[in-house]
Amino acid sequence: MIAAVMTRPREVAPVAPEASVEVRDLCKVYPTGTEALRGINLTFPKGQFTSLLGPSGCGKTTLLKIIAGLVPATSGEVVVNGRTVTKPGPERAFVFQDFALMPWATVLRNAAFGLELRGVARSEREATAKHYIDQVGLAGFENRYPHELSGGMRQRVGLARALAVKADVLLLDEPFSAVDEQNRRKFQEDLLQLRQVENKTLIFVTHSIEEAVYLSDRIVLLSPRPGRVSDIIEPKISRERSPEDIRRDPEYLDIVEDIWRGLRNYAD
Amino acid sequence: MSLDLVTNPSQPQAKAAGLAPSGGKSWAGSILLWRLASIALFCGLWEIAGRIPINVAFPPFSDVVAAFGRLVADGSLPSAFLVTLQPLVIGIVVSAVVGVSVGVAMGLRKEFEWAGVPVFVVMQAAPMAALIPLITFVYGIGLTAKVLAVIMLALPVIALNGYKAVSNVSPSLRAMCRSFLGNSRQDIFKIVLPDASPMIFAGLRLGISAGFVGVVLAELLITPTGVGDLITYHRSVADYAEMYAVIATIIIFSAVVVSLLERAEIVLFRPEKRELSA
Repeated sequence: MIAAVMTRPREVAPVAPEASVEVRDLCKVYPTGTEALRGINLTFPKGQFTSLLGPSGCGKTTLLKIIAGLVPATSGEVVVNGRTVTKPGPERAFVFQDFALMPWATVLRNAAFGLELRGVARSEREATAKHYIDQVGLAGFENRYPHELSGGMRQRVGLARALAVKADVLLLDEPFSAVDEQNRRKFQEDLLQLRQVENKTLIFVTHSIEEAVYLSDRIVLLSPRPGRVSDIIEPKISRERSPEDIRRDPEYLDIVEDIWRGLRNYAD
Repeated sequence: MSLDLVTNPSQPQAKAAGLAPSGGKSWAGSILLWRLASIALFCGLWEIAGRIPINVAFPPFSDVVAAFGRLVADGSLPSAFLVTLQPLVIGIVVSAVVGVSVGVAMGLRKEFEWAGVPVFVVMQAAPMAALIPLITFVYGIGLTAKVLAVIMLALPVIALNGYKAVSNVSPSLRAMCRSFLGNSRQDIFKIVLPDASPMIFAGLRLGISAGFVGVVLAELLITPTGVGDLITYHRSVADYAEMYAVIATIIIFSAVVVSLLERAEIVLFRPEKRELSA
Protein backbone atom coordinates (compact mmCIF):
# COMPACT_ATOMS: atom_id res chain seq x y z
CA MET A 1 0.00 0.00 0.00
CA ILE A 2 2.84 2.36 0.84
CA ALA A 3 4.96 1.25 -2.11
CA ALA A 4 2.20 2.21 -4.50
CA VAL A 5 2.50 5.84 -3.65
CA MET A 6 6.21 6.13 -2.96
CA THR A 7 9.08 6.54 -5.37
CA ARG A 8 12.71 6.73 -4.44
CA PRO A 9 14.20 10.14 -5.18
CA ARG A 10 16.80 8.73 -7.57
CA GLU A 11 14.12 7.20 -9.75
CA VAL A 12 12.51 10.55 -10.50
CA ALA A 13 12.64 11.08 -14.24
CA PRO A 14 15.31 13.65 -15.17
CA VAL A 15 14.34 17.04 -16.58
CA ALA A 16 10.90 16.40 -17.91
CA PRO A 17 9.93 19.25 -20.24
CA GLU A 18 7.17 20.28 -17.91
CA ALA A 19 9.64 20.87 -15.05
CA SER A 20 9.09 24.35 -13.73
CA VAL A 21 11.72 24.43 -11.01
CA GLU A 22 14.72 22.16 -10.78
CA VAL A 23 17.22 21.91 -7.98
CA ARG A 24 20.56 20.29 -8.81
CA ASP A 25 23.14 19.05 -6.30
CA LEU A 26 22.27 21.84 -3.93
CA CYS A 27 24.31 22.23 -0.76
CA LYS A 28 24.16 24.91 1.87
CA VAL A 29 26.68 25.46 4.62
CA TYR A 30 26.18 28.55 6.75
CA PRO A 31 29.21 30.72 7.59
CA THR A 32 28.94 29.44 11.17
CA GLY A 33 29.74 25.97 9.84
CA THR A 34 26.24 24.54 10.16
CA GLU A 35 25.47 22.28 7.24
CA ALA A 36 21.82 22.95 6.39
CA LEU A 37 21.38 21.04 3.12
CA ARG A 38 23.39 18.30 1.41
CA GLY A 39 23.08 17.11 -2.17
CA ILE A 40 19.48 18.09 -2.88
CA ASN A 41 18.17 17.01 -6.31
CA LEU A 42 14.53 17.77 -6.97
CA THR A 43 12.18 18.64 -9.78
CA PHE A 44 9.01 20.59 -9.25
CA PRO A 45 6.70 19.88 -12.19
CA LYS A 46 4.70 22.69 -13.71
CA GLY A 47 1.27 23.21 -12.23
CA GLN A 48 1.85 20.85 -9.33
CA PHE A 49 1.53 21.45 -5.64
CA THR A 50 4.65 20.17 -3.90
CA SER A 51 5.15 20.26 -0.16
CA LEU A 52 8.50 20.24 1.58
CA LEU A 53 7.88 18.39 4.81
CA GLY A 54 10.21 17.62 7.64
CA PRO A 55 11.03 18.24 11.28
CA SER A 56 12.35 21.61 12.34
CA GLY A 57 15.99 22.06 11.49
CA CYS A 58 15.79 20.00 8.30
CA GLY A 59 16.49 23.05 6.16
CA LYS A 60 13.13 23.15 4.36
CA THR A 61 12.78 26.90 4.73
CA THR A 62 16.43 27.35 3.71
CA LEU A 63 15.74 25.32 0.57
CA LEU A 64 12.70 27.46 -0.23
CA LYS A 65 14.66 30.67 0.31
CA ILE A 66 17.44 29.43 -1.96
CA ILE A 67 14.85 28.70 -4.66
CA ALA A 68 13.47 32.21 -4.06
CA GLY A 69 16.95 33.67 -4.48
CA LEU A 70 16.87 35.21 -1.02
CA VAL A 71 19.67 33.03 0.35
CA PRO A 72 22.72 32.06 -1.72
CA ALA A 73 23.52 28.36 -2.17
CA THR A 74 26.98 27.10 -1.24
CA SER A 75 27.08 24.84 -4.29
CA GLY A 76 24.69 23.46 -6.85
CA GLU A 77 22.11 25.34 -8.84
CA VAL A 78 18.45 26.25 -9.09
CA VAL A 79 16.90 26.25 -12.56
CA VAL A 80 13.57 28.00 -13.10
CA ASN A 81 11.88 27.68 -16.50
CA GLY A 82 15.17 26.50 -18.00
CA ARG A 83 17.34 29.29 -16.60
CA THR A 84 19.74 29.17 -13.66
CA VAL A 85 18.77 31.71 -11.03
CA THR A 86 20.66 33.17 -8.09
CA LYS A 87 18.45 36.19 -7.37
CA PRO A 88 14.74 36.82 -6.99
CA GLY A 89 12.93 37.00 -10.31
CA PRO A 90 9.53 37.95 -11.73
CA GLU A 91 8.57 34.30 -12.30
CA ARG A 92 8.66 33.54 -8.55
CA ALA A 93 6.62 35.07 -5.73
CA PHE A 94 7.07 34.45 -2.03
CA VAL A 95 4.52 34.16 0.77
CA PHE A 96 6.12 34.80 4.14
CA GLN A 97 5.60 32.92 7.37
CA ASP A 98 5.25 36.17 9.35
CA PHE A 99 3.16 37.78 6.54
CA ALA A 100 5.74 40.59 6.03
CA LEU A 101 3.04 43.21 5.57
CA MET A 102 3.89 46.88 5.87
CA PRO A 103 1.99 48.07 8.96
CA TRP A 104 1.79 51.62 7.60
CA ALA A 105 0.13 50.59 4.35
CA THR A 106 -3.46 49.60 3.66
CA VAL A 107 -4.46 46.14 2.48
CA LEU A 108 -4.73 47.56 -1.04
CA ARG A 109 -1.25 49.06 -1.07
CA ASN A 110 0.24 45.94 0.54
CA ALA A 111 -1.37 43.69 -2.06
CA ALA A 112 -0.22 46.01 -4.86
CA PHE A 113 3.29 46.42 -3.47
CA GLY A 114 4.98 43.91 -5.79
CA LEU A 115 3.56 45.84 -8.75
CA GLU A 116 4.44 49.19 -7.15
CA LEU A 117 8.09 48.09 -6.96
CA ARG A 118 7.95 47.21 -10.64
CA GLY A 119 6.76 50.69 -11.51
CA VAL A 120 3.24 49.70 -12.62
CA ALA A 121 0.95 52.76 -12.79
CA ARG A 122 -1.16 53.29 -9.69
CA SER A 123 -4.60 52.77 -11.23
CA GLU A 124 -3.49 49.62 -13.01
CA ARG A 125 -1.76 48.03 -10.04
CA GLU A 126 -4.66 48.84 -7.75
CA ALA A 127 -7.13 47.28 -10.16
CA THR A 128 -5.02 44.10 -10.29
CA ALA A 129 -4.59 44.06 -6.52
CA LYS A 130 -8.32 44.56 -6.02
CA HIS A 131 -9.04 41.58 -8.23
CA TYR A 132 -6.81 39.33 -6.13
CA ILE A 133 -8.04 40.80 -2.83
CA ASP A 134 -11.52 39.73 -3.96
CA GLN A 135 -10.18 36.33 -4.94
CA VAL A 136 -8.67 35.62 -1.53
CA GLY A 137 -11.94 36.70 0.11
CA LEU A 138 -11.03 40.12 1.47
CA ALA A 139 -13.35 42.29 -0.60
CA GLY A 140 -14.36 45.34 1.44
CA PHE A 141 -11.14 45.39 3.46
CA GLU A 142 -9.04 47.28 0.90
CA ASN A 143 -8.63 50.35 3.07
CA ARG A 144 -8.02 48.60 6.38
CA TYR A 145 -4.57 48.38 7.94
CA PRO A 146 -2.88 45.07 8.83
CA HIS A 147 -3.24 45.62 12.59
CA GLU A 148 -7.01 45.66 12.10
CA LEU A 149 -7.01 42.16 10.58
CA SER A 150 -6.76 38.68 12.09
CA GLY A 151 -3.74 36.48 11.37
CA GLY A 152 -5.63 34.52 8.73
CA MET A 153 -6.76 37.68 6.97
CA ARG A 154 -3.22 39.08 7.04
CA GLN A 155 -1.88 36.00 5.35
CA ARG A 156 -4.61 36.33 2.74
CA VAL A 157 -3.18 39.75 1.99
CA GLY A 158 0.27 38.14 1.67
CA LEU A 159 -1.21 35.63 -0.76
CA ALA A 160 -2.98 38.35 -2.77
CA ARG A 161 0.32 40.24 -3.04
CA ALA A 162 2.05 37.12 -4.35
CA LEU A 163 -0.77 36.40 -6.82
CA ALA A 164 -0.89 40.00 -8.06
CA VAL A 165 2.58 39.84 -9.63
CA LYS A 166 1.37 36.89 -11.74
CA ALA A 167 4.39 34.72 -11.13
CA ASP A 168 4.36 31.11 -12.40
CA VAL A 169 5.84 29.78 -9.19
CA LEU A 170 4.43 30.48 -5.74
CA LEU A 171 6.76 29.81 -2.84
CA LEU A 172 4.91 29.49 0.47
CA ASP A 173 6.96 29.40 3.67
CA GLU A 174 4.80 27.83 6.40
CA PRO A 175 2.07 30.31 5.51
CA PHE A 176 -0.40 28.96 8.06
CA SER A 177 1.87 28.47 11.05
CA ALA A 178 0.88 31.83 12.56
CA VAL A 179 -2.82 31.34 11.78
CA ASP A 180 -5.24 29.80 14.27
CA GLU A 181 -6.70 26.35 13.63
CA GLN A 182 -10.18 27.27 12.33
CA ASN A 183 -8.84 29.88 9.97
CA ARG A 184 -6.09 27.55 8.89
CA ARG A 185 -8.59 24.90 7.74
CA LYS A 186 -10.71 27.43 5.91
CA PHE A 187 -7.62 28.89 4.32
CA GLN A 188 -6.41 25.45 3.19
CA GLU A 189 -9.75 24.81 1.51
CA ASP A 190 -9.63 28.20 -0.17
CA LEU A 191 -6.09 27.55 -1.33
CA LEU A 192 -7.23 24.31 -2.99
CA GLN A 193 -10.06 26.18 -4.72
CA LEU A 194 -7.69 28.89 -5.82
CA ARG A 195 -5.55 26.24 -7.48
CA GLN A 196 -8.42 25.44 -9.82
CA VAL A 197 -8.52 29.06 -11.01
CA GLU A 198 -4.85 29.95 -11.05
CA ASN A 199 -2.59 27.49 -12.79
CA LYS A 200 0.54 27.87 -10.68
CA THR A 201 3.42 25.74 -9.58
CA LEU A 202 3.29 25.77 -5.80
CA ILE A 203 6.13 24.93 -3.46
CA PHE A 204 4.89 24.80 0.07
CA VAL A 205 6.92 24.42 3.25
CA THR A 206 5.14 22.95 6.24
CA HIS A 207 5.80 20.89 9.33
CA SER A 208 2.22 19.63 9.46
CA ILE A 209 1.80 16.16 7.98
CA GLU A 210 -1.98 16.51 7.67
CA GLU A 211 -1.63 19.82 5.90
CA ALA A 212 0.88 18.40 3.44
CA VAL A 213 -1.23 15.33 2.63
CA TYR A 214 -4.43 17.34 2.36
CA LEU A 215 -3.00 19.91 -0.02
CA SER A 216 -0.22 18.37 -2.08
CA ASP A 217 0.24 16.43 -5.28
CA ARG A 218 3.72 15.52 -4.11
CA ILE A 219 5.34 15.55 -0.71
CA VAL A 220 9.12 15.78 -0.40
CA LEU A 221 10.26 14.43 2.95
CA LEU A 222 13.46 15.94 4.24
CA SER A 223 15.66 14.43 6.92
CA PRO A 224 17.32 16.72 9.46
CA ARG A 225 20.89 18.00 9.92
CA PRO A 226 21.98 18.17 7.19
CA GLY A 227 18.77 18.22 5.17
CA ARG A 228 18.55 15.51 2.53
CA VAL A 229 15.65 14.19 0.49
CA SER A 230 14.57 11.06 2.33
CA ASP A 231 11.40 10.27 0.38
CA ILE A 232 8.98 11.56 -2.21
CA ILE A 233 5.34 10.65 -1.73
CA GLU A 234 2.49 11.27 -4.12
CA PRO A 235 -0.78 11.12 -2.24
CA LYS A 236 -3.30 10.21 -4.93
CA ILE A 237 -6.25 11.68 -3.15
CA SER A 238 -9.27 12.67 -5.17
CA ARG A 239 -10.09 16.26 -4.33
CA GLU A 240 -13.54 16.11 -5.89
CA ARG A 241 -15.13 15.39 -2.54
CA SER A 242 -15.89 17.72 0.32
CA PRO A 243 -13.05 18.65 2.68
CA GLU A 244 -14.72 16.67 5.50
CA ASP A 245 -14.83 13.52 3.36
CA ILE A 246 -11.20 13.90 2.39
CA ARG A 247 -10.16 14.28 6.02
CA ARG A 248 -12.09 11.08 6.91
CA ASP A 249 -10.89 9.13 3.88
CA PRO A 250 -8.99 5.98 5.01
CA GLU A 251 -6.43 6.49 2.26
CA TYR A 252 -5.73 10.02 3.50
CA LEU A 253 -5.39 8.75 7.06
CA ASP A 254 -3.10 5.90 5.94
CA ILE A 255 -0.73 8.25 4.17
CA VAL A 256 -0.62 10.55 7.20
CA GLU A 257 0.18 7.52 9.36
CA ASP A 258 2.89 6.27 6.99
CA ILE A 259 4.62 9.63 6.91
CA TRP A 260 4.42 9.88 10.66
CA ARG A 261 6.03 6.44 10.99
CA GLY A 262 8.85 7.63 8.73
CA LEU A 263 9.35 10.86 10.61
CA ARG A 264 9.05 9.60 14.18
CA ASN A 265 12.67 8.43 14.05
CA TYR A 266 13.67 12.06 13.83
CA ALA A 267 11.56 13.18 16.77
CA ASP A 268 13.67 14.28 19.72
CA MET B 1 10.32 61.10 -0.22
CA SER B 2 7.79 59.36 -2.39
CA LEU B 3 5.30 57.89 -0.04
CA ASP B 4 1.86 57.23 -1.38
CA LEU B 5 -0.43 58.13 1.41
CA VAL B 6 -3.86 56.66 1.25
CA THR B 7 -6.55 58.82 2.70
CA ASN B 8 -9.59 57.79 4.66
CA PRO B 9 -8.43 54.77 6.64
CA SER B 10 -11.86 53.94 7.98
CA GLN B 11 -14.45 52.33 5.81
CA PRO B 12 -18.06 51.74 6.73
CA GLN B 13 -18.52 48.34 5.10
CA ALA B 14 -15.49 46.86 6.85
CA LYS B 15 -16.78 48.16 10.15
CA ALA B 16 -20.05 46.41 9.47
CA ALA B 17 -18.06 43.19 9.09
CA GLY B 18 -17.46 43.26 12.83
CA LEU B 19 -14.00 44.75 13.16
CA ALA B 20 -12.91 46.50 16.32
CA PRO B 21 -14.37 50.01 16.26
CA SER B 22 -11.85 52.81 16.20
CA GLY B 23 -11.60 55.31 19.05
CA GLY B 24 -14.88 57.18 19.22
CA LYS B 25 -15.50 60.86 19.96
CA SER B 26 -16.56 60.35 23.57
CA TRP B 27 -13.39 58.46 24.42
CA ALA B 28 -11.14 61.09 22.83
CA GLY B 29 -13.18 63.79 24.61
CA SER B 30 -12.71 62.25 28.05
CA ILE B 31 -8.94 61.93 27.49
CA LEU B 32 -8.80 65.66 26.79
CA LEU B 33 -10.86 66.31 29.91
CA TRP B 34 -8.49 64.28 32.08
CA ARG B 35 -5.49 66.12 30.67
CA LEU B 36 -7.06 69.50 31.37
CA ALA B 37 -7.95 68.35 34.89
CA SER B 38 -4.35 67.29 35.46
CA ILE B 39 -3.07 70.69 34.34
CA ALA B 40 -5.65 72.47 36.51
CA LEU B 41 -4.60 70.39 39.52
CA PHE B 42 -0.94 71.24 38.92
CA CYS B 43 -1.67 74.98 38.66
CA GLY B 44 -3.85 74.81 41.78
CA LEU B 45 -1.09 73.14 43.82
CA TRP B 46 1.36 75.74 42.51
CA GLU B 47 -0.97 78.53 43.61
CA ILE B 48 -1.35 77.06 47.11
CA ALA B 49 2.40 76.42 47.48
CA GLY B 50 3.12 79.98 46.36
CA ARG B 51 0.64 81.42 48.85
CA ILE B 52 1.89 79.53 51.92
CA PRO B 53 4.64 80.62 50.83
CA ILE B 54 7.22 77.84 50.76
CA ASN B 55 9.96 80.25 49.68
CA VAL B 56 10.18 83.99 48.98
CA ALA B 57 11.56 83.16 45.58
CA PHE B 58 8.54 80.98 44.74
CA PRO B 59 5.62 83.14 43.58
CA PRO B 60 2.04 81.82 43.30
CA PHE B 61 0.72 80.79 39.90
CA SER B 62 -1.53 83.86 39.54
CA ASP B 63 1.45 86.24 39.99
CA VAL B 64 3.36 84.34 37.30
CA VAL B 65 0.43 84.63 34.90
CA ALA B 66 0.25 88.37 35.58
CA ALA B 67 4.00 88.67 35.03
CA PHE B 68 3.63 86.78 31.77
CA GLY B 69 1.02 89.34 30.70
CA ARG B 70 3.39 92.22 31.51
CA LEU B 71 6.31 90.59 29.64
CA VAL B 72 4.18 90.04 26.56
CA ALA B 73 2.71 93.56 26.77
CA ASP B 74 6.07 95.35 26.95
CA GLY B 75 7.39 93.14 24.12
CA SER B 76 10.40 91.83 26.03
CA LEU B 77 9.31 88.19 25.95
CA PRO B 78 8.48 88.04 22.21
CA SER B 79 11.75 89.76 21.27
CA ALA B 80 13.73 87.46 23.60
CA PHE B 81 12.13 84.45 21.88
CA LEU B 82 13.07 85.78 18.47
CA VAL B 83 16.71 86.06 19.57
CA THR B 84 16.74 82.61 21.15
CA LEU B 85 14.98 80.89 18.25
CA GLN B 86 17.70 81.85 15.77
CA PRO B 87 20.53 79.57 17.03
CA LEU B 88 17.95 77.00 18.11
CA VAL B 89 16.34 76.62 14.69
CA ILE B 90 19.66 76.63 12.81
CA GLY B 91 21.17 74.14 15.25
CA ILE B 92 18.20 71.80 15.19
CA VAL B 93 17.83 71.83 11.42
CA VAL B 94 21.54 71.03 11.02
CA SER B 95 21.36 68.31 13.69
CA ALA B 96 18.24 66.79 12.17
CA VAL B 97 19.58 66.65 8.62
CA VAL B 98 23.08 65.50 9.56
CA GLY B 99 21.92 63.29 12.41
CA VAL B 100 19.27 61.40 10.45
CA SER B 101 21.49 60.94 7.39
CA VAL B 102 24.49 59.80 9.42
CA GLY B 103 22.30 57.60 11.62
CA VAL B 104 20.65 55.91 8.64
CA ALA B 105 24.03 55.45 6.94
CA MET B 106 25.44 53.85 10.10
CA GLY B 107 22.47 51.51 10.27
CA LEU B 108 22.80 50.46 6.64
CA ARG B 109 26.56 50.14 6.17
CA LYS B 110 29.04 48.34 8.41
CA GLU B 111 31.92 50.72 7.64
CA PHE B 112 29.90 53.77 8.74
CA GLU B 113 28.76 51.86 11.80
CA TRP B 114 32.33 51.16 12.91
CA ALA B 115 33.52 54.68 12.15
CA GLY B 116 30.58 56.61 13.57
CA VAL B 117 28.87 54.82 16.43
CA PRO B 118 31.70 55.05 19.02
CA VAL B 119 32.06 58.79 18.38
CA PHE B 120 28.37 59.44 18.98
CA VAL B 121 28.22 57.14 22.00
CA VAL B 122 31.06 59.12 23.60
CA MET B 123 29.42 62.42 22.61
CA GLN B 124 26.13 61.32 24.13
CA ALA B 125 27.71 60.10 27.34
CA ALA B 126 29.95 63.14 27.80
CA PRO B 127 28.65 66.08 29.86
CA MET B 128 28.49 68.44 26.90
CA ALA B 129 27.72 71.47 29.04
CA ALA B 130 31.28 71.21 30.32
CA LEU B 131 32.55 71.78 26.78
CA ILE B 132 30.63 75.01 26.29
CA PRO B 133 33.45 77.18 27.73
CA LEU B 134 35.75 75.53 25.18
CA ILE B 135 33.37 76.50 22.35
CA THR B 136 33.47 80.08 23.59
CA PHE B 137 37.25 79.94 23.60
CA VAL B 138 37.35 78.81 19.96
CA TYR B 139 34.29 80.45 18.39
CA GLY B 140 33.78 83.50 20.59
CA ILE B 141 30.42 84.59 21.92
CA GLY B 142 28.48 85.02 18.69
CA LEU B 143 25.82 83.01 16.93
CA THR B 144 28.25 80.26 15.81
CA ALA B 145 29.05 79.31 19.38
CA LYS B 146 25.39 79.10 20.32
CA VAL B 147 24.51 77.06 17.24
CA LEU B 148 27.35 74.71 18.09
CA ALA B 149 26.07 74.34 21.64
CA VAL B 150 22.68 73.29 20.27
CA ILE B 151 24.25 70.84 17.79
CA MET B 152 26.52 69.28 20.39
CA LEU B 153 23.55 68.41 22.54
CA ALA B 154 21.05 67.51 19.83
CA LEU B 155 23.13 65.67 17.25
CA PRO B 156 24.29 62.54 19.15
CA VAL B 157 20.85 61.48 20.28
CA ILE B 158 19.36 62.03 16.80
CA ALA B 159 22.17 60.12 15.08
CA LEU B 160 22.15 57.23 17.55
CA ASN B 161 18.38 56.86 17.40
CA GLY B 162 18.50 56.85 13.60
CA TYR B 163 21.17 54.18 13.74
CA LYS B 164 19.23 51.99 16.16
CA ALA B 165 16.03 52.52 14.20
CA VAL B 166 17.59 51.33 10.96
CA SER B 167 19.36 48.35 12.50
CA ASN B 168 16.03 47.27 13.99
CA VAL B 169 14.08 47.37 10.72
CA SER B 170 12.23 44.09 10.21
CA PRO B 171 14.53 41.78 8.19
CA SER B 172 11.48 39.99 6.89
CA LEU B 173 10.08 43.22 5.37
CA ARG B 174 13.41 43.85 3.66
CA ALA B 175 13.47 40.26 2.36
CA MET B 176 9.93 40.83 1.10
CA CYS B 177 11.02 43.96 -0.76
CA ARG B 178 13.94 42.07 -2.28
CA SER B 179 11.85 39.06 -3.26
CA PHE B 180 9.39 41.33 -5.09
CA LEU B 181 12.34 42.79 -7.01
CA GLY B 182 12.76 46.04 -5.09
CA ASN B 183 16.07 47.81 -5.76
CA SER B 184 18.15 49.29 -2.94
CA ARG B 185 16.63 52.76 -3.40
CA GLN B 186 13.15 51.33 -3.02
CA ASP B 187 14.38 49.28 -0.08
CA ILE B 188 15.51 52.45 1.72
CA PHE B 189 12.62 54.75 0.85
CA LYS B 190 9.70 52.34 0.86
CA ILE B 191 10.73 49.96 3.65
CA VAL B 192 13.64 51.11 5.82
CA LEU B 193 12.65 54.76 6.40
CA PRO B 194 8.92 54.19 7.04
CA ASP B 195 9.66 51.23 9.30
CA ALA B 196 12.36 53.17 11.16
CA SER B 197 10.36 56.40 11.34
CA PRO B 198 8.90 55.95 14.86
CA MET B 199 12.36 55.62 16.37
CA ILE B 200 13.89 58.29 14.13
CA PHE B 201 11.17 60.67 15.26
CA ALA B 202 11.67 59.67 18.88
CA GLY B 203 15.30 60.69 18.36
CA LEU B 204 14.23 63.98 16.79
CA ARG B 205 11.95 64.72 19.73
CA LEU B 206 14.75 63.99 22.20
CA GLY B 207 17.10 66.02 20.00
CA ILE B 208 14.80 69.01 20.01
CA SER B 209 14.44 68.97 23.78
CA ALA B 210 18.24 68.61 24.05
CA GLY B 211 18.54 71.55 21.64
CA PHE B 212 16.39 73.68 23.96
CA VAL B 213 18.70 72.73 26.83
CA GLY B 214 21.67 73.63 24.64
CA VAL B 215 20.40 77.04 23.65
CA VAL B 216 19.37 78.04 27.17
CA LEU B 217 22.71 76.82 28.53
CA ALA B 218 24.51 78.81 25.87
CA GLU B 219 22.53 81.92 26.76
CA LEU B 220 23.23 81.45 30.44
CA LEU B 221 26.90 80.47 30.09
CA ILE B 222 28.20 82.25 26.98
CA THR B 223 26.51 85.64 26.75
CA PRO B 224 23.18 86.57 28.21
CA THR B 225 20.86 87.12 25.27
CA GLY B 226 17.26 86.22 24.52
CA VAL B 227 15.47 83.97 26.96
CA GLY B 228 18.63 83.28 28.96
CA ASP B 229 19.11 87.00 29.42
CA LEU B 230 15.53 87.51 30.61
CA ILE B 231 15.90 84.72 33.16
CA THR B 232 19.24 86.05 34.43
CA TYR B 233 18.06 89.63 34.55
CA HIS B 234 14.82 89.01 36.43
CA ARG B 235 16.59 86.74 38.86
CA SER B 236 19.21 89.39 39.55
CA VAL B 237 16.58 92.05 40.31
CA ALA B 238 14.47 89.55 42.29
CA ASP B 239 11.45 89.69 39.95
CA TYR B 240 10.76 86.04 40.64
CA ALA B 241 7.30 86.05 39.05
CA GLU B 242 8.82 87.31 35.77
CA MET B 243 11.63 84.76 36.00
CA TYR B 244 9.16 81.90 36.45
CA ALA B 245 7.00 83.25 33.63
CA VAL B 246 9.96 83.09 31.25
CA ILE B 247 11.00 79.62 32.42
CA ALA B 248 7.45 78.28 32.16
CA THR B 249 7.03 79.78 28.70
CA ILE B 250 10.16 78.15 27.32
CA ILE B 251 9.14 74.80 28.85
CA ILE B 252 5.65 74.99 27.36
CA PHE B 253 7.04 76.12 24.03
CA SER B 254 9.42 73.16 23.97
CA ALA B 255 6.64 70.73 24.88
CA VAL B 256 4.36 72.12 22.16
CA VAL B 257 7.09 71.87 19.50
CA VAL B 258 7.86 68.29 20.52
CA SER B 259 4.20 67.22 20.39
CA LEU B 260 3.68 68.99 17.05
CA LEU B 261 6.54 66.90 15.72
CA GLU B 262 4.78 63.76 16.93
CA ARG B 263 1.67 64.83 14.99
CA ALA B 264 3.76 65.51 11.90
CA GLU B 265 5.23 62.02 12.07
CA ILE B 266 1.83 60.36 12.23
CA VAL B 267 0.50 62.43 9.33
CA LEU B 268 3.56 61.85 7.15
CA PHE B 269 4.56 58.27 7.89
CA ARG B 270 2.03 56.46 9.99
CA PRO B 271 -1.45 56.76 8.51
CA GLU B 272 -2.49 53.62 10.41
CA LYS B 273 -2.08 55.45 13.73
CA ARG B 274 -4.14 58.44 12.73
CA GLU B 275 -7.38 57.06 14.09
CA LEU B 276 -5.81 55.95 17.34
CA SER B 277 -4.31 59.31 18.16
CA ALA B 278 -7.22 61.45 16.97
